Amino acid sequence: MNADTKPRFLSTDRRVREDKRFVAGSGRFVQDLDRPGMLHVALVAAQHPAAKIVKIDASEALAMEGVHYVIDGAELSAAVNPLMNGLDTPNVRRFPLAVGQNRYAGEWIAAVVADTRALAEDAAERVKVEVERLGFLTDAEKALDPESTPVHPEHGSNLLLDRTFDWGPVEDDFARSDETLKLRVTWGRNSTVPIETFGVICEWNPWDEVLDVWASIQMPKYADQIARALKLPGNAVRVHYDVDVGGSYGVKRGIKQTVLAGYLCRKLGRPVRLIEDRLENMRSGDAHGPERIFDIEVAFDRDGTVNAMKMRALDNAGAYAGRAPFQLGKPIGAIVGPYRINSVQYRAMSVTTNKAVQEAVRGFGQSPTNYAIETMMDRVAAHLGMDRLEFRQKNLIRSEEFPYLIPSGSTYDSGDYHAVIDKVLATADYAELQAERDRLRAEGLCAGIGIAACLEPSGGNSAFEPLLNEKNRTSTWMEGCRVNVDALGEVTVAIHTTSSGQGHETLAATVVGEVLQMDPDRIRVVRPDSLSSLPGNSPVGSRMAIMLGGAAANAARELIRQAVAIGAHLSRADPAACRYEDGTVVTPDGTVTWDEIVDVAHRRFHDLPPGTNPGLTANFIQQVPTGTALPKDGKVQMYPCYSFEFHLVLLAFDPVLAKPEIRRYVIGHDCGTVINPHIVKGMTLGGIAHGLGAALLEEFAYDGEGQLMTQSFLDYLMPSSHEMPEVEIVKHETPSPLTEFGQKGSGESGYLGAPAAISGAIHDAVSQWGIHLNKLPIRMSAISDAIAAAEENA
Amino acid sequence: MKTDLTVNGRTYGIDVEPRTTLLDALRDGCGLKGTHAGCEHGVCGACTVIVDGEAVRSCLMLAVQSDGLDITTIEGVAPERGELDVIQDSFCETHGMQCGYCTPGMVLAAKALLGVNREPTDEEIRDAISGNICRCTGYGQIVEAIRLAAKRLRESNALAMEAGE
Ligand code: FES
Ligand code: FES
Repeated sequence: MNADTKPRFLSTDRRVREDKRFVAGSGRFVQDLDRPGMLHVALVAAQHPAAKIVKIDASEALAMEGVHYVIDGAELSAAVNPLMNGLDTPNVRRFPLAVGQNRYAGEWIAAVVADTRALAEDAAERVKVEVERLGFLTDAEKALDPESTPVHPEHGSNLLLDRTFDWGPVEDDFARSDETLKLRVTWGRNSTVPIETFGVICEWNPWDEVLDVWASIQMPKYADQIARALKLPGNAVRVHYDVDVGGSYGVKRGIKQTVLAGYLCRKLGRPVRLIEDRLENMRSGDAHGPERIFDIEVAFDRDGTVNAMKMRALDNAGAYAGRAPFQLGKPIGAIVGPYRINSVQYRAMSVTTNKAVQEAVRGFGQSPTNYAIETMMDRVAAHLGMDRLEFRQKNLIRSEEFPYLIPSGSTYDSGDYHAVIDKVLATADYAELQAERDRLRAEGLCAGIGIAACLEPSGGNSAFEPLLNEKNRTSTWMEGCRVNVDALGEVTVAIHTTSSGQGHETLAATVVGEVLQMDPDRIRVVRPDSLSSLPGNSPVGSRMAIMLGGAAANAARELIRQAVAIGAHLSRADPAACRYEDGTVVTPDGTVTWDEIVDVAHRRFHDLPPGTNPGLTANFIQQVPTGTALPKDGKVQMYPCYSFEFHLVLLAFDPVLAKPEIRRYVIGHDCGTVINPHIVKGMTLGGIAHGLGAALLEEFAYDGEGQLMTQSFLDYLMPSSHEMPEVEIVKHETPSPLTEFGQKGSGESGYLGAPAAISGAIHDAVSQWGIHLNKLPIRMSAISDAIAAAEENA
Repeated sequence: MKTDLTVNGRTYGIDVEPRTTLLDALRDGCGLKGTHAGCEHGVCGACTVIVDGEAVRSCLMLAVQSDGLDITTIEGVAPERGELDVIQDSFCETHGMQCGYCTPGMVLAAKALLGVNREPTDEEIRDAISGNICRCTGYGQIVEAIRLAAKRLRESNALAMEAGE
């Protein structure tokens, strides 16, 4: 796009095309699909957090009419490869069903296959499992003790990862600073908990030797992992991407479920469906998020300059390794947040415990890290007696400093943090907001203002993989797109992933329409199966606006090049003297129409430029901008683009009841050029709702017996329309110099700063008592207890 | 057990177990897949349908209890295949959804509200959908959609009568 041409479709108020089928109840979710002869799976779950499996007696279950099969971990592990680990931890082996012993309460021990799900559940209750209980632990700090009960005895300890990075002169900066301060904050175990649980249908076609998979997934390289685990050739797994996914926000990885269903369908010669029920999903769907203790030491001068930070992040990965430890890696790309901090020491630690397995959650570890950094900023400001806002403004990177290289090796592409903050303060009328807080206080309420400034690294690549695992040599995380013009001249775009509400069809149509100068409503978007697809890495890491947007734009541009070549050849002109405009090719002598170009491309080989293949079609595989090299000296460019958000929140509560009520929520958001404003707005609001849940309500809490206490929606509390306030969004656009249209990512927006801002507001509200509530979620009871205790001691 | 379910003006004679929920009967017995299962314990509202004018959770009702009642599911909302009613269209206008999984329940909760209240305040809108959990949107654009639908219904008497039927 030329800087001087105004976009026609980009950034305009266009509808999201996917919405129509959803309001009609016509979405195509995996639960809605039926395959002839399909069988259903229910799971037998472990009762104890750790136990040796002595004997499984399935005879009673198998004797029931309509029950086809019962499988345990011994059979399955003999037939399939272990599931992939992110780190080089070969002795932390994981299979879809527990082998020999289970490692968390609820872990799947056996699976029952029957004619209906209800029958399978009945039969699962009759499977008798004899066990011997083993020692267990749930606490990450206990897991650090070399004497602690190992979750995987073969691995030797509970430590999965312990890596310290020193970026810059940390000790020197500490020595030269006026003061230092220490703090500890804890991010509780929560997750995104989509309303649709994970589901998969697998069907083996023995004549074609292909495994067909329909699943509610959001998983990079899913088909490859399934093939590897099932010992099938890569081209024997066909994943159908035209399945609507009922929410994911990172967690719908589904590998263990698919390997289990894939094995069973081949074994039984019938399609097999595994749809988790809510309990299976919460307790054993392996979809919990990070649980992290941050120990921070920060060095600063009395004038409010932050010089250096030491951060230790200890993550409780749960019972198996998976990709969880990588969630300590991604935040390295924005380890100083939006601030100028000269040097950083970062120690990333991950341990196993007897809790459910951790999976990728929105932001891939960035939101907990942002919460830690922002809490640090509040504490330092309070320590210095400085205004929190001025203190931040003083340390923020200035717009003229971009591109800005941070100590850990990433360069921030662009931003104007001060401008965004100024806009928010103006919109909210900050002075009036403070006056309102004081009025509420005068009424006897606890009232507080919270602020948070943070970044959303976007354009996801996987640079954290080689950084944390030297055997991993990945330096591309590409995304492909195909644009095809049919013989009647209509345009069809193929995208190669499932979608869980991000509006990729709208994105692709808008971008291709923009480039081809054609109404996006005329453009069809399809999602072929994985065997008909170009390489891609699915919508993770806030990447699709950048990566799919880039691939679609570049494929459309290639199409234009082909059209211009044809038009120029027809009119015997130099292609360089011709240009594409509104579906025609303008030559020095006139115009060649779209119909004419299509006719030549599809029917008249004799009119094609020499050496040109027939057809009008283009593929483009987009590499991550800046994703060029493997890490060196513990440094790497992580994600290419950095969106910025600034949260300002006023909340109030009664000091005895302590139920925080948000009175005002204003967010400033800059994700560069916006492709569809409705989609970006929805992401931001939804992200704030997730952040609100993480800050105040949601936790997968385990009791002293290692049992999950919050395993239904009655006790795992999520924000409803009552808790979630009306949010005002203040927009700002600093285009990225690295992307097609200046766009950056927005899929994690809101979530990345809301927990920090809400926690900050609560602390402001209780500041008269000097209370610190250092663990999320901050429950009502924690606030009221702390106030009561402070009053008693006063 | 034989049960007659009257759904969207049509009668489905189906055979169900006494323990079968209305949710499962609609999905598996009647083949109406627009009603979704989220929690199956009465909290999330994804399974919302309208029974005799009121929004109810079909996971908490048994199919056999529903015999003879007037049930509307999301499939019964659009006037014609390929066309949208005012509420559905308003959800599209404001993008009151993302993944679409909670959407049928939200649209029906909105329909039940607007059937009895043509001029709901934002608080009444939030109340009406407070039993429907959406993990995607943070509710903002859903509230906007219902606000817009109410306005459009007020502005068009003919349509208002239809929504109140
Ligand atoms: S499925 Fe009925 S309320 Fe959740
Ligand atoms: S749109 Fe996804 S849960 Fe509401």
